[in-house]
Amino acid sequence: MSEQTLVMPAPPLPRRAAPSFEAWSLRCVFGVLAALALVFLVAPTLVILLTSFTATESLRFPPEGFSLRWYAALLDADQMQAAAWNSLVVALWTTVLCVLLGTPAAIAIARSKSPWVRACDVLFMSPLLLPALAFGFAALIFIHRLGLRPDLPLLVLGHVIVCTPFVLRTTIAALTQLEPSLLDASRSLGASEWTTFRRVTLPLIARGIGAGAFLAFMASFDNVPVSLFLADERTEVLPIHLWQQIENNLDVRTAAASGLIVLLTLTLMVIAERTAGLTRQMR
Amino acid sequence: MAAPRAPLTLPLTALFAAGFVAPLCVLLMLSLAAGDDGSAGLTLAQYARFLGDRFNLSVLGSTLLLGAEATLVCLLFGFPVAWVCARAGARWQSVLIFLVVLPILTSVVVRTFSWIVILGRQGLLNQILLGLGLIDAPLKLLYSEAGVVLVLAQVQMPLMVLPILTVLSRLDPNLADASRALGAGEWRTLWRVTLPLVMPGIIAGCILSFAASITAFVTQTLIGGARLLYLPLFIYQQAVGANDWPFAAAVSVVFMIAVLLVVVLLNGFGRRYEKHV
Repeated sequence: MSEQTLVMPAPPLPRRAAPSFEAWSLRCVFGVLAALALVFLVAPTLVILLTSFTATESLRFPPEGFSLRWYAALLDADQMQAAAWNSLVVALWTTVLCVLLGTPAAIAIARSKSPWVRACDVLFMSPLLLPALAFGFAALIFIHRLGLRPDLPLLVLGHVIVCTPFVLRTTIAALTQLEPSLLDASRSLGASEWTTFRRVTLPLIARGIGAGAFLAFMASFDNVPVSLFLADERTEVLPIHLWQQIENNLDVRTAAASGLIVLLTLTLMVIAERTAGLTRQMR
Repeated sequence: MAAPRAPLTLPLTALFAAGFVAPLCVLLMLSLAAGDDGSAGLTLAQYARFLGDRFNLSVLGSTLLLGAEATLVCLLFGFPVAWVCARAGARWQSVLIFLVVLPILTSVVVRTFSWIVILGRQGLLNQILLGLGLIDAPLKLLYSEAGVVLVLAQVQMPLMVLPILTVLSRLDPNLADASRALGAGEWRTLWRVTLPLVMPGIIAGCILSFAASITAFVTQTLIGGARLLYLPLFIYQQAVGANDWPFAAAVSVVFMIAVLLVVVLLNGFGRRYEKHV
């Protein structure tokens, strides 16, 4: 089977024009596909942003006229504001817990080869692959079995489980790029484990943790499948509120809220890029 | 000698044991329980009910098919994006990655809402196609499977691009040069040298985008509408609408096993491929 890869067929005699045409055709095809993909990736964000500034009551694109009236209308949208506040609280708690629990685990996973730690790695990553909706439902059954009712702290714990993988991935990546000799140097100079962690390791992996924290925050703020089962009227979160708005009545206020979310996301992304080198951590 | 590291995982392990493993075990028990209170023995009745019904099986089938289609579209467009990214300078690379991850970080509800504006009967896409004279009557894009695949592909594209990019940028450029020096053209080099070497990244990207596509509840319901039924909405209807928890639990377990099977299959394919190379 491997003969095919070992024994190359006789190469055709190189001609002068052919290779450059081939190189050109490959670049053309890939360039066009990539350009299409980028338009496809970015267009929806631009469309919703422009639509949110419409002066009329229709969601047609391109929007007719320009105004901030729907943004002003958000000031009176009490339910939406309450949902946004809930989402923010949940996402902040989730991020803090993900970092506090995820960072030590990431250190163990990056440094230890014991089977126990390998198994933990697989377990902690599985929420990324398993259907989140099934987990949300399982969590609801479990909470009922325990005789509890879903509330904010339980919602946060559910989010922590599905958002931890993001912190783990970026932190482990940062740890594996860490020069081990730096840690040896610190120890040989008499620093304790804790001092070495605080003064050497932590500053060097801080950008990795930061990028992971940002991703966890966004994932929690955006989570629907877990919140669908663990949030009730009191703890209604923003994505579910918006989802119901879109399903029931296409309200232009929803477009304004969407525009606001897009603007906030972009701002946070730029901040994360400047401070934590987001795009470098995601490579 | 460094201190043992394993205890560092304990806090997170405790949370996962109580908040992830235990709920999944309870879900499994409920799906197998014979009595309402879950104490009167075990039965496979709920599974027989799901697997014995052609309609239910077709929902499972169309969910898996949807994931496969979205993954293929992701790959078709994602590989060229990663390829261009890997060749770009550091600054352009950051800009490109920024644009690629933008959709996945923007709220899924917002993204989907935007697609409704684009795909509607009088939406942007129909306007453009009508304006160019490519179609005579507006296409039905919203509430169609093609629409769901398209939107899922946009949403999950980063999950395909990033793993491929990681492998591509670590690739030794000498290998491709050697292939060219031996007379292979660009396409041949891509097909015989680059693609096999990038296969681990492609497999990882496929697994991630497949897993994300089939559970994308918001996109499936808002773009697909109520008539296109996929497993996440089916589970939700059974659990919340019909309040039939044991049946919904069984469907959830089937769903998870199906996902795991696909992941294991793709992983195995990747391993075998690596051995061949």
